[in-house]
Amino acid sequence: MAKHPLFDKTNIDIAWCPGCGNFGILESIKQALDELSIKPTQLVVVSGIGQAPKTPHYFNTHMFNGLHGRALPVATGVKIANPNLLVIAEGGDGDMYGEGGNHFLHTIRRNINIVHIVHNNMVYGLTKGQASPTSEIGFKTSIQTEGVIAEPLNPIAIAIAQDASFVARAYIGDMEKTKDTIKAAIQHEGYALVDIFQPCIAFNKVNTYQWFKERTYYLPSDHNRADRVSAFSKAIEKDKLPLGIFYQKKVDSFEKKQKIYQVSWEPLYQRHHDLGKLKKLIEEK
Amino acid sequence: MLDISLVFCGSAGQGLQTIEYILTQLIKKAGYYTFATKEYMSRIHGGSNSSEIRISDHIVSAFVSRIDMLILLSTDTFPHLVDRVSPDTVIVGACHDLSSPNKKYMIDFEKIALEIGSKRYTNSVVMGFILAFLKIEASFYEPFFTQYYGAKSKELAEKNIVAAQIGYKAGVAFLNTNSISFYAKPSVDLNHKILLNGSEALALGAIAGGCNFIAAYPMSPSTGVLTQLASLSHEFDIVVEQAEDEIAAINMGLGAWYAGGRALVTTSGGGFALMCESLSLSGMTETPMVINLAQRPGPATGLPTRTEQGDLNLALFAGHGEFPRVILAPGTIDQAFSLMQKAFYLADKYQIPVIVLSDQFFVDSYFVSQPLDALSMAIYDQHIVKTDATYQRYQLTADGISPRGIPGFGDGLVCVDSDEHTEAGYITEDFEVRTKMVQKRLKKFELLQTEIAVPDFFGKKDYKTLIVCWGSNYFVIKEALDLLPHAEIGCLHFSQVYPLSREIIPYFTRAQKTIVIENNATGQLAQLLKQQLNVHINATLLKYNGLPFTVEEIVIALKKYTQDHENG
Repeated sequence: MAKHPLFDKTNIDIAWCPGCGNFGILESIKQALDELSIKPTQLVVVSGIGQAPKTPHYFNTHMFNGLHGRALPVATGVKIANPNLLVIAEGGDGDMYGEGGNHFLHTIRRNINIVHIVHNNMVYGLTKGQASPTSEIGFKTSIQTEGVIAEPLNPIAIAIAQDASFVARAYIGDMEKTKDTIKAAIQHEGYALVDIFQPCIAFNKVNTYQWFKERTYYLPSDHNRADRVSAFSKAIEKDKLPLGIFYQKKVDSFEKKQKIYQVSWEPLYQRHHDLGKLKKLIEEK
Repeated sequence: MLDISLVFCGSAGQGLQTIEYILTQLIKKAGYYTFATKEYMSRIHGGSNSSEIRISDHIVSAFVSRIDMLILLSTDTFPHLVDRVSPDTVIVGACHDLSSPNKKYMIDFEKIALEIGSKRYTNSVVMGFILAFLKIEASFYEPFFTQYYGAKSKELAEKNIVAAQIGYKAGVAFLNTNSISFYAKPSVDLNHKILLNGSEALALGAIAGGCNFIAAYPMSPSTGVLTQLASLSHEFDIVVEQAEDEIAAINMGLGAWYAGGRALVTTSGGGFALMCESLSLSGMTETPMVINLAQRPGPATGLPTRTEQGDLNLALFAGHGEFPRVILAPGTIDQAFSLMQKAFYLADKYQIPVIVLSDQFFVDSYFVSQPLDALSMAIYDQHIVKTDATYQRYQLTADGISPRGIPGFGDGLVCVDSDEHTEAGYITEDFEVRTKMVQKRLKKFELLQTEIAVPDFFGKKDYKTLIVCWGSNYFVIKEALDLLPHAEIGCLHFSQVYPLSREIIPYFTRAQKTIVIENNATGQLAQLLKQQLNVHINATLLKYNGLPFTVEEIVIALKKYTQDHENG
């Protein structure tokens, strides 16, 4: 029997390796959506290219599977055109932090009300094992033959430094908490980053399930999410990597600040320009 | 016959643009035809810029080399225009150091402005001076100044009006002591006509096409369209977003179209180059897109504020893979408006990218035009459908067009994919599906043939020489032909450059000689005509120094071509 009748798809050929963390992320998303009583027709998942961006192919949802690195601006356009839709931008670390790094910075600035889910396995999967922006120093690949020499990108610290309105990290070894974090991100009004640690069983022999289990811990229950400085200090911890919601603040979203949406949330396709007004304007020229 | 060419020359920051904006409005309102075009350097202060304003009793819409009166706002800007100065050119203004043999009248506009309080009023002094020549009096011009400057501050408006009045008196004194005048009683009523620059016409056309979202990264000369739509965004429910880069801009646009919006992006060559992968995404996902590509000379940064028609090939071949597209190239205000409106219709109906090719000369120039018909196209015949649970975004149909659903409108799921995809929109590597999908996308070309209007023809119907041009060269060739009433020349102007219709081949076969005139170095339209229609082109007239063609240049060239005819 289907676990999530609204979202589950049958007879699909999934391109992920057995044991991949992506399966857990897919399940956590479906569970979160079910628990929040969201229907597939209300949801648009925008993704790029890689293994993670295939996620929306594997459950019932509206989908825009676009170019490598460009999910965030597409998601922004979708939300602008119809703010009534729940919009999730989903992809991997190479997609979102490498090719699309500039959009990551500027989507934070806009604080558009979308959920940004990043499958972070610290390696390139689909192109077969090269380093990603989040690979650790010393990580050896067929390209980085002597090991990675550049500092890994720290998405959590970047997001907090840029005052993103919701910044969280999850680990797919704990699906229940991952699902709860995704739920909180969906319920948050504004840009919400959920960076999800996941092992790549095919190409990353360093950052394994065991590695993440040993190297992560949950932020304590008394962690003050409203305190940006303390959130930042947690974000730059290196020996053990914290999980949970680092930072959250309440501020109007991008679309709420748009003049046209201050009166009503009527999507663009239902609005029509007054051509009589245009005619008059032209005649005055 | 009144036909005066005034050229104002000064450095960046001296307010030439304001002179152009206010004077053209006043001139037109007073009952004269006018046209204005500017050429400027890529800097915000200093340098040497000029603006040509034509005043006439008949329609004039082209750049002329001739300068009847040169008005210098600063002393060091003269060398910039020396090649265009003839013995008949009258020079007024900051000309005390000039050694040219022309009639020169030293008037220190800047000094007059300083006496009023600041040299920032120099341009208003100049405007007043010129208005005296046309007997356009204070009661007529003051409301314009009040409206223009009053938005910033009341004091600014008052000071500028004083500056204009003093300038006007200087003009009257000048006319009383010198036998120079170009006054002619205005003879036409232009109240029913409109005065717009190319950017404004494109922006208004976008609104007429239902545009409700613009995303762009500022880049000369494409920014004018963005500014125009921003200024109208509250009146017309338009969301305006300055994107972090051109890639973000077009992807936001695609996201908006996907979700039911009608998006425009505006850019120039370098920005468009960044958008190429996403243009291909529009083709693959069959998501509509409208792009204003305002050309400037390349390669790379080129001449950022100058003009060229060098990006036709870029627009034609941009984007990897094979997919249909339409390229439009307006040359008149009417075309800019109606083709931009049509661009939204074509993009929406055929689910393709549509590129509107403009250029610096066109977007920055002011033209007097017939009023535009905002209601000419049933634009709100939106080409979207309400989906049901069985909806498939890429359903195979006889004409290649699948009904376009949008998320949130109906019970179906709308899935689009940049990978090759099934009818339902999911990734596939099935070779049979691939073949069908390629054919489906390319089938739209056939249908598009029915939408492409034939080019405009003007000149002699029984021509021996056929001139072919596109985009912004419309008026310069038209005016040149008017000056050669006996020449057996016809002109074919393409405002829709791709795809081309085979119906136009007879125009070429009838000609003894065909000459293509373009603002580029390689004759890109000539190449396209040969490639697509296999027509014979005898010669090309090309200009690529960064400036538009002048009427004089075209006249000289056409005289030469037709003499060659007569000489066998």
